[in-house]
Amino acid sequence: MARMRVRQAIAAALADAMREDGSVMLFGEDVAAAEGPFKTSEGLLAEFGPLRVRDTPISEMGFVGAAVGAATMGMRPVAEIMFMEFLGVALDQLVTEAATFRYLSNGRVTVPLVVRASTGSGLGFGTQHSQTLENWLTATPGLKVAVPSDAQTAYGLLRAAIRDPDPVAILEPRVLYAERGDCVTGDEGIVPLGTARVVRRGDAVTVVALGQTVRTALGAAERLGTGVEVVDLSTLVPWDRATVLASVARTGRLVVVEEAPASGGWGSEIVAAVTSAAFRALQAPPFRITAPDVPVPYNKGLEARFSPSADEIEYQLRAYLETGEVPDPWWRREGVAA
Amino acid sequence: MYEIRRFEDRVNELFARGAIHGTTHLCAGQEALDVSLALELRPTDTVSATYRGHGIALALGMTVHSVLAEIMGKAAGCTGGVGGSMHLSDPDVGLLPTFAIVGAGLPVAAGAALAFQTRGEDRVAVCVFGDGAANIGAFHEALNLAAVWKLPVVFVCDNNVYAEYSRIDVTTPLSDLYRRAGSYDIPGVPVDGMDVAATRAVLAEAVARARAGAGPTLVEAKTYRFAGHSRADQATYRPAGELERWRERDPLTLARVELLATGAATADDLTALEKAVREDLDAVTDTVAALPDPEPATMFHNVRGATA
Ligand SMILES: Cc1ncc(C[n+]2csc(CCOP(=O)(O)OP(=O)(O)O)c2C)c(N)n1
Ligand SMILES: [Mg+2]
Repeated sequence: MARMRVRQAIAAALADAMREDGSVMLFGEDVAAAEGPFKTSEGLLAEFGPLRVRDTPISEMGFVGAAVGAATMGMRPVAEIMFMEFLGVALDQLVTEAATFRYLSNGRVTVPLVVRASTGSGLGFGTQHSQTLENWLTATPGLKVAVPSDAQTAYGLLRAAIRDPDPVAILEPRVLYAERGDCVTGDEGIVPLGTARVVRRGDAVTVVALGQTVRTALGAAERLGTGVEVVDLSTLVPWDRATVLASVARTGRLVVVEEAPASGGWGSEIVAAVTSAAFRALQAPPFRITAPDVPVPYNKGLEARFSPSADEIEYQLRAYLETGEVPDPWWRREGVAA
Repeated sequence: MYEIRRFEDRVNELFARGAIHGTTHLCAGQEALDVSLALELRPTDTVSATYRGHGIALALGMTVHSVLAEIMGKAAGCTGGVGGSMHLSDPDVGLLPTFAIVGAGLPVAAGAALAFQTRGEDRVAVCVFGDGAANIGAFHEALNLAAVWKLPVVFVCDNNVYAEYSRIDVTTPLSDLYRRAGSYDIPGVPVDGMDVAATRAVLAEAVARARAGAGPTLVEAKTYRFAGHSRADQATYRPAGELERWRERDPLTLARVELLATGAATADDLTALEKAVREDLDAVTDTVAALPDPEPATMFHNVRGATA
């Protein structure tokens, strides 16, 4: 086990995967010579050379598509999308092509591809470089989607994704790249896709979080003291129903914390599934803590309020535990928006 | 041009001091193009530009106050502080919200031109974009569409040699991007983008052609990015001597030489002008720094209009 930053854990996962399997390669803008805009490919060009570590033109459709094609021919490409918004210009190749090849070939053409994209707000990059856009991908059958929350999951989910036989999108919370954490590398460090982790035990409420909201939820949970169980969902598709249901069976309450705007968020899926499957175990209505339905604002103070803060989560959980009712989000409490 | 250069220096200082958060993309070295464009367009024309847009915004007539306030996230900024450096806009001067997705402005400019053509208006759309944008699908689709529909649009590639940390030759098989016009059977014209007179002449012709209904032109202005790509980038990837060679052709120096040679201004005139620009910038910086941030309610404004 070593202490490393999340971006170093990603570089370590890529390096270990490339050492293990000669078909693994990396594409992306400034990933080779510059070692990644967020330094997630440090050392890779030097070790693996320009055939396997390639700088691309600003041609997301071109290089994601090339990764799809290479994958159909037995390579295991990892395509890096600098900011997830840029996947917009390449979406066809991922959701309409890569995700359907297995289905459309009787299982004979597979696409063992990984698309990594940085996501999320908190760094002042403005509306078009700060969104958390999981919902672009989660409704696509054939695609797996995972989100790391620390160095270990950044390493482990990426290793699992590269070994996976199907296209996997790894959405990396950008604010976490510089965070340090303990990380086990090698086979023991692999985090299987589809497994959630209970990162804090409690018996009063299950808080399901993902990516950067895991640490925010943990911060709020610490302030509230015992009782709050925090589950790091880790994989959005396929998500770990068993772990979430088992937790809710213990706590009787469910809160989902999401970084993205409320409408169409993945938390609705969790709340709906848990409500249907465990209705009688619930002691209070499940609910979601999300960003409001607005684009990410630039101003620092506004951006800080946009995604759920530890203060907001703490307030909501406290009110929910005390009253058994679903509290209003800050913008309704403050009369700022409906 | 002098104002734009000093403005960019100021943004850089404010960023280094932590008074601006997020990121910024400076246009030092590329001012001649911004100024030439503004001089060749009418207020009724429309411009789509990029995240490297402080210069074009100022050249088109947005005030230092409005642009700086936006970059500093103030309520008095052109979008009330929700946009920031990458998203400047002001329809009064013809500037669409600047594009932070590479290449996204090209089809939109074609569409603006389509509106002008359809309504028979004497207006032109211009899109400024970088050399790196010439490799994205939107570039090719927009040029083809504009060519086949003969749209009144001018595509202006600001070829500053780099796309982020990649030199053009690493990502692009040709460095004379104007030649790509040939694939769409439209004129492609290179110009020394450090030279205002030359740039104006080429733009004037392209704009006139568009206005006359003769269709689009691809102009390639050869410029150089004096700063790094964004905020902390020190641009250590440049070959030795390259920046220094380009700095010898600094558009500000060239313009000064030209103004003095033609007698359009005296050295004293220029000194006085420069002093006034600096004093104004200092005053506006102080004013803007003291302005309030937007209220939380601002983030809920203008998400959508009334439902039809
Ligand atoms: C579709 C898309 N891909 C990648 C980026 C990230 N990015 C922002 S600027 C930039 C370089 C653009 O280079 P160029 O077009 O030459 O313009 P310049 O920055 O030199 O003005 C890149 C890759 C982006 N904003 N949009
Ligand atoms: Mg460029």
